[in-house]
Amino acid sequence: MFQVYLFLFLSCVALFSAMMVLLSKKPIHSVLYLTLTFFALAGHYILLNAQFLAVVHVIVYAGAIMVLFLFTVMLLNLNKEGQFPKTKLVKIIAAIAGGLLFVVLIGSLKSFDLATVSNPAVSQIGLVKNLGKTLFSQYLLPFELSSILFLSAMVGAVMLGKKDKE
Amino acid sequence: METTVTQLQMIPLVYYIIFCTALFTIGVVGVLVKRNALAIFMSVELMLNSANLLLAAFSAYRNDPSGQVFVFFIMVVAAAEIAIGLALLVVVYRSSRTIDINILNRLKW
Repeated sequence: MFQVYLFLFLSCVALFSAMMVLLSKKPIHSVLYLTLTFFALAGHYILLNAQFLAVVHVIVYAGAIMVLFLFTVMLLNLNKEGQFPKTKLVKIIAAIAGGLLFVVLIGSLKSFDLATVSNPAVSQIGLVKNLGKTLFSQYLLPFELSSILFLSAMVGAVMLGKKDKE
Repeated sequence: METTVTQLQMIPLVYYIIFCTALFTIGVVGVLVKRNALAIFMSVELMLNSANLLLAAFSAYRNDPSGQVFVFFIMVVAAAEIAIGLALLVVVYRSSRTIDINILNRLKW
């Protein structure tokens, strides 16, 4: 029962902070609430016994991506209110569209075959050892290719961020 | 072993579906409503994360490690995407002094 309560608590934290990402006026508050969402999701990964993913999630999202977002917010001097006014009509239409999407997705996903084979609390697949074995045997080529992707992303970011000479 | 598996309380998979769908919907609404390009990026991150969590949940319940490897690759691609996207955003801000997408609509015509 404890697990279900923990799940509900983490879900409430994640959904609340995700809502606050949209509702906060200042971009820097949005970024901080996004960090809270990411930590709640890391808790979800731990609950699924996916420890490797939880650690990678905290390092990549709460570490790297949040720093990038914060630096961009400060670099672009966005932390002023009222820069992006929007009408009430747009908000209402978006809320209705979002609600409809929610209903449609739930309706379609619930018709799946949700047979469960194993209990995540005792399954060992999320541990670093077992995931590493899969990663370095079955998915070795995509893993190596992702390093090339990172290299090209790094080169691209540096090239774009460089100041023009003239 | 079998008895311990059945004795342990399991979170129903439907809970994960509902939670991830709600998170995804919040992301979609953010993309629709926001005019700040940075906030749209954050909403896309929310959508990516909800898809990741659902993939990891299905992988854990089906006892198939491939799903979690895929989540790892999605995280890799998302990190590269954010690095490039934010660099592009800075370049756009330098050239037009705004990241309001209602002003950045020159591709429309």
